[in-house]
Amino acid sequence: MPDPSYVGRSLSPAEPYQVSREKIREFASAIGEDSRICHELDAARAAGHPDLVAPPTFAVTFTMPLIETFLRDPDFGWDYSRMVHGDQSITLHRPIRGGDELVTTIHVENLTTRAGSHMLTLRCEVADVVGEPVATTKALLVTQATS
Amino acid sequence: MPAWSAIAKGDELPPLELRLTRADLVRYAGASGDFNPIHWSDRTAAAVGLPGVIAHGMLTMALAGRLVTRWVGDPAAVRSYAVRFTRPVVVPDDDAGALLELSGKVGDVREAEPDSCRVATIDITARFAGKTVLGRAAAEVVLPE
Repeated sequence: MPDPSYVGRSLSPAEPYQVSREKIREFASAIGEDSRICHELDAARAAGHPDLVAPPTFAVTFTMPLIETFLRDPDFGWDYSRMVHGDQSITLHRPIRGGDELVTTIHVENLTTRAGSHMLTLRCEVADVVGEPVATTKALLVTQATS
Repeated sequence: MPAWSAIAKGDELPPLELRLTRADLVRYAGASGDFNPIHWSDRTAAAVGLPGVIAHGMLTMALAGRLVTRWVGDPAAVRSYAVRFTRPVVVPDDDAGALLELSGKVGDVREAEPDSCRVATIDITARFAGKTVLGRAAAEVVLPE
């Protein structure tokens, strides 16, 4: 049974995640995104960006592992093995780019139990190292309640 | 390329058909760091009651996003993107893989700050085996001048 006292809490900010050019290229290739600004530095700079631009869903690659660490913490009491991803939203306050150092803070927004399922909404605020907002992601995660 | 100033509600995006194979799932697992075995192991997928190995929801979301970035010609133009995961995409262990059919249309166009750019909301439909796999899928993109 997940601990409802977590709702409304913010977890400690994670260590900065450094966005590498190679990770952007690898991720873009894995989803078949062939835009030159995701692969070629010259093209990205010609389009006015300081470095390669990450595809829109890239942020989840570093927010999800942080979410997993939280959800596997026995104190919270979440059954990670039976979890499914219900929905996902990503708001980009600016594009994520190579060389960015990004700090993610997880906020536990909501937890409800209905029809034998626990539904958890987590919001991740992603900022640069001086605190300027870069992205906001929100995930609805669902796991079966043990009877 | 569309005449951007004339883009209006109801305009349809060019559709996109993509084939997903097991190799694509393995590649996405590595690139995203999501190594959940339901995305590569038949044994695990069967044990948790799935009809087979399924694509990562986030991979389906990313592929559907390509419909929009291809149309607008710029992955940096996306301001927001949201989906609900309503059905799994089952990916067989063969050369044909799973066919994902993507379509979209302009749901709204508005002027937005700070520089009175035009922002379009694109409503996306993603189908696999004749059924939608994403619900309420929509992206907001800044239109080129």
